[in-house]
Amino acid sequence: MNIVVCIKQVPDTKGGVKFNPDGTLDRAAMLAIMNPDDKAGLEAALRIKDETGAKVTVLTMGLPKADAVLREALAMGADEAVLVTDRVLGGADTWATSTTIAGALRNLDYDLIITGRQAIDGDTAQVGPQIAEHLGLPVISYAADIKVEGDSVVVKRQYEDRYHELKVKMPCLVTALSELNEPRYMTPGGIFDAFDKEVTVWGRADLKDVDDSDLGLKGSPTKIAKASDKVAKGAGEKVNLDPAESVAYLIGKFKEKHII
Amino acid sequence: MDFTLDKKHEMARSLFKEFAETEVKPLAQETDETEAFPAETVKKMQKYGFMGIPVPKEYGGQGCDPLTYVMCVEELSKVCATTGVVVSAHTSLCIDPIMTYGTEEQKQKYVKPLATGEKLGAFALTEPGAGTDAQGAQTKAVLDGDEWVLNGSKCFITNGKVADVYIVIAITSITEDKRGRKKKNFSAFIVDKGAPGFSFGTKEKKMGIRGSSTYELIFEDCRIPKENLLGPEGKGFPIAMHTLDGGRIGIAAQALGIAEGALDRAIAYTKERKQFGRSIAQQQNTQFKLADMATRIEAAQLLVYKAAMAKATQKVYSVEAAKAKLFAAETAMAVTTEVVQLFGGYGYIREYDVERMMRDAKITEIYEGTSEVQRMVISGALLK
Repeated sequence: MNIVVCIKQVPDTKGGVKFNPDGTLDRAAMLAIMNPDDKAGLEAALRIKDETGAKVTVLTMGLPKADAVLREALAMGADEAVLVTDRVLGGADTWATSTTIAGALRNLDYDLIITGRQAIDGDTAQVGPQIAEHLGLPVISYAADIKVEGDSVVVKRQYEDRYHELKVKMPCLVTALSELNEPRYMTPGGIFDAFDKEVTVWGRADLKDVDDSDLGLKGSPTKIAKASDKVAKGAGEKVNLDPAESVAYLIGKFKEKHII
Repeated sequence: MDFTLDKKHEMARSLFKEFAETEVKPLAQETDETEAFPAETVKKMQKYGFMGIPVPKEYGGQGCDPLTYVMCVEELSKVCATTGVVVSAHTSLCIDPIMTYGTEEQKQKYVKPLATGEKLGAFALTEPGAGTDAQGAQTKAVLDGDEWVLNGSKCFITNGKVADVYIVIAITSITEDKRGRKKKNFSAFIVDKGAPGFSFGTKEKKMGIRGSSTYELIFEDCRIPKENLLGPEGKGFPIAMHTLDGGRIGIAAQALGIAEGALDRAIAYTKERKQFGRSIAQQQNTQFKLADMATRIEAAQLLVYKAAMAKATQKVYSVEAAKAKLFAAETAMAVTTEVVQLFGGYGYIREYDVERMMRDAKITEIYEGTSEVQRMVISGALLK
């Protein structure tokens, strides 16, 4: 069986987010990592590989330096890697991104496509379901568990207050939660092998059945008008009240800020 | 000449760093307090191939180079020097001599399970009366039919008792030269735990690296198969010396890691700690100390990495290894002492890791050849 995992290189937001003076994200100042949900998706695929011998291909769209996350995936145990990179693909919103990735996926054999639930930089959670839509595949999002049974996948889908267990015939697409598993470490030998391997690089010309008008910044229905840092919290306010007044004061403040 | 790490080494470092931070750091204090060997960590390191990093793939290893291995010991030692030396003694002192001097059968039988981490290794040269003067060793081995019979004891053996495979140096003959002077001829042997007549004596209670298992080995008519002689008979001493050259790079990496770990703590603490209304990092006294420590550490790192590269490319790297170990060990001692000082009273309390680092640093000036031995090696080469 063939599994394709779509992964994204994102800035590590753990240590805080840094901005350029013009309000855009200062990517150079932040460490680039594999998006955590995608890493869990990759681990899920590798566990299926451990059990069934499935072939795992990882695919990313990004700048040439996104090659690093593909090497990381290979060092964890993925078999093949594809980098989709082209100047005309830059500035894409989720529509243009999913169109591009679907165009690349049409070149590959897949039974199961796994993406992360959402990327920690854009935080939209839209690309996975949109890819499924482009390819005409069923989609199960928010997977907290993925199992393969014959020609189907059984997925535990997380809701706010419950799980749904769904069984879907392959081919299909699943979006993974980072809570799904604890991704394995790379191995030192795996890293050395990963840098000896060939990463397939595709550009615009390699995308199948896509229209230029759906790609890159030009093909994006949405445009980011403005980005800004969070407004810094003002200084705290100190008040001296007796216990009963304090309660009334706090509840009043909470209501004012819509906390309750 | 290029001082930047290539991408695969950079990625390997990030792997070791993440593993050390996530898996090793949370246990470091407990390992020190309880003096318990970190068996669970070793199991995890086995799973991810850390126990055979420079060993070729066909012998169960990872097929990486000495620099990758050195970075692993360095990163582990930043958070736990005990874990660093477990890997170093196993890889440098047990696997390396079998890889270098072993027959194909010995490599198949011993290197494979050692490199995958299924078995743990140790090295036994030192005896109560023979430390720096390793020639003073008394343990003997006599061939009896198809078996070697070992008698004697070894002390201060890292990974003792927990290891499954031991490289043991013993006298196999005594010859007389023309002037009638007696010369001991040593040979190297591979001894399995559980060999008849092989037992363990005292467990050492140490100042530092307290989770590392340091034992006395006892051989009483210990019988091992004839084919467990490692290398040619009578070549045990050069084998031991060659092994220690490699081991010294491992200890240099451990010392480097300890110093780096201590500096990391000092930077974080001095930025946070306030006296006289501002952080102590804002005092020039602190700033200059940090600058001196960072500079010394980088000098040590370059020596250690150079020695690792020399091991990868040269047949002989004794002097490079001796310089790296000497300077890195003395750097670790100086830096950790200064970091305890920067922490003030808190630095002397066991809850803060820096006093552990200071205790751990001291051994790097002693084992696998004292700093004085390194000076002997370096000056010997200079004055040749």
